[in-house]
Amino acid sequence: MLKIKNLSYLVNSGDDDKDILRNINLDFLKGKIYVITGPNGSGKSTLVKLIMGILSPTEGKIVFNDKDITNLKINERAGLGIAYAFQQPVTFKGLKVKELLNIASNKENDFNTLCDYLSKVGLCAKDYINRSLDDKLSGGELKRIELAMVLARNAEVNIFDEPEAGIDLWSFENLTKIFKELKSTTIIVSHQTKILEIADSVILLKNGRVEKIGKYSEIKPYIHSDTCGKLRGENG
Amino acid sequence: MDKIDKMLLEKVSDLHKISLGAFNIRKNGQVLDRKTTKEIEIVPKKNKSGIDIIVKPNVKNKALHIPVIITAGGLNDLVYNDFYIGENADVTIVAGCGIHNTTSETSTHNGIHSFHLGKNSHVKYIERHVGEGKGTGGKILNPTTKIYQKENSFMEIETLQLGGVTSSVRKTFASLGENAHLNIQENILTENKETATTLFKVTLKGKKSKVEVVSHSVAKGFSYQEFKSDLIGKEECFGHVECDGILLDNARIVSVPMIDALSSAASLVHEAAIGKIAGDELTKLMTLGLSEKEAEDVIIKGFLIG
Repeated sequence: MLKIKNLSYLVNSGDDDKDILRNINLDFLKGKIYVITGPNGSGKSTLVKLIMGILSPTEGKIVFNDKDITNLKINERAGLGIAYAFQQPVTFKGLKVKELLNIASNKENDFNTLCDYLSKVGLCAKDYINRSLDDKLSGGELKRIELAMVLARNAEVNIFDEPEAGIDLWSFENLTKIFKELKSTTIIVSHQTKILEIADSVILLKNGRVEKIGKYSEIKPYIHSDTCGKLRGENG
Repeated sequence: MDKIDKMLLEKVSDLHKISLGAFNIRKNGQVLDRKTTKEIEIVPKKNKSGIDIIVKPNVKNKALHIPVIITAGGLNDLVYNDFYIGENADVTIVAGCGIHNTTSETSTHNGIHSFHLGKNSHVKYIERHVGEGKGTGGKILNPTTKIYQKENSFMEIETLQLGGVTSSVRKTFASLGENAHLNIQENILTENKETATTLFKVTLKGKKSKVEVVSHSVAKGFSYQEFKSDLIGKEECFGHVECDGILLDNARIVSVPMIDALSSAASLVHEAAIGKIAGDELTKLMTLGLSEKEAEDVIIKGFLIG
């Protein structure tokens, strides 16, 4: 359904090209939950940005429903059914939560529908729909509204880059419940055990390469061994 | 009143939306229509062009509309309007000027307004400026607003100018008494070769007086905007000026701050940020399905109109 073929992303640093991602091959199946994990700097966020079109690959292809989308713009990919929640939510001076949810869902929503979107992320619509999405909102509020905007897209593929960051008071159970209820193909960048546990498949990235793919129970030893240096030792 | 008059009036005053209280409509330098009420009296000046507006003490929740429309080319209109707001009064005043110039001759409106706010009074002052018409003649608007606020009075100003005005020089002078508050929100769009200059000079004379100025500017094409603010704190007071500008194409915005704390208890802040639309804002809206151009329009609309 969504295929990543020989995807590489290199940046030029001085005399050398530095691999951020090298030769990634992945096949995301319809309706499954994928969690991309790995150490800092392993290329997790870069990978999802390449899928959304926020970055362009130096090599390789991205194929979505048999269509090569590698050279499509962000909005064209959005139009085909890919949605994306930012790790750091973007703020706007003057744009209201209601307007952004209307843009996200591509329709004028009544109060009850806006309430549905926001209550899923633990917010009460009447307190938020007429507020500007600016830095007067707390980090946690911005993060939840970011999630609500993605839910409003009703997309075939939903991408979340570290969705748990900043959601302190809201339980992880609610967050994982949202992911489980989504009927989409869901791709989440995360380090959190509770999110890793709900994955149909965990993709472990290391140094810009896919290290392992499998159920969390299978991948778990590699994730943890990496943090205490064993994996580095094994690789020599 | 013809179709163009009605259209201009709608744009500058929302007259069609509000049940009319007192009003004064000026067209091409002449009074077109006027209504005075027992709460808000409008008296024509004897020695020069303009009106005195007297809002009686304790008047609550009343509106006054004083739009100006210019549909002739080559007109240089100068008007003096003085507002006397009684103690404890609470009114909304909708002013503004629309120029529809289809000629090759420049038309100019110079509106000199003074506001005298009595103790504990509240004024919401909405000012809209519109320029249109395909003529090559200039559409020039130069409003000057002088504000004198007595203790505990509160004045809110919303200024909106969304393109089409060839040149504007907007001057605001204010003097604030004890615990008087002044809030100013200015939103200006310039395009093509238009220029817009804003000058605020606010003197905070009274203890606990407070002024907040927020200016949102969008400059497109080869347009030029200049924003100068001058806050003087003579007592324990608070002043905050925020100037945010979005640049497109080859436009230019200049922000000139001046803050002068004559009292050590004065707290005065000036913030300014000018630049193109943030890339992450465009990216975010594109992930929601908008093209880059649509995203730009949505950001500018939100920034200027909210």
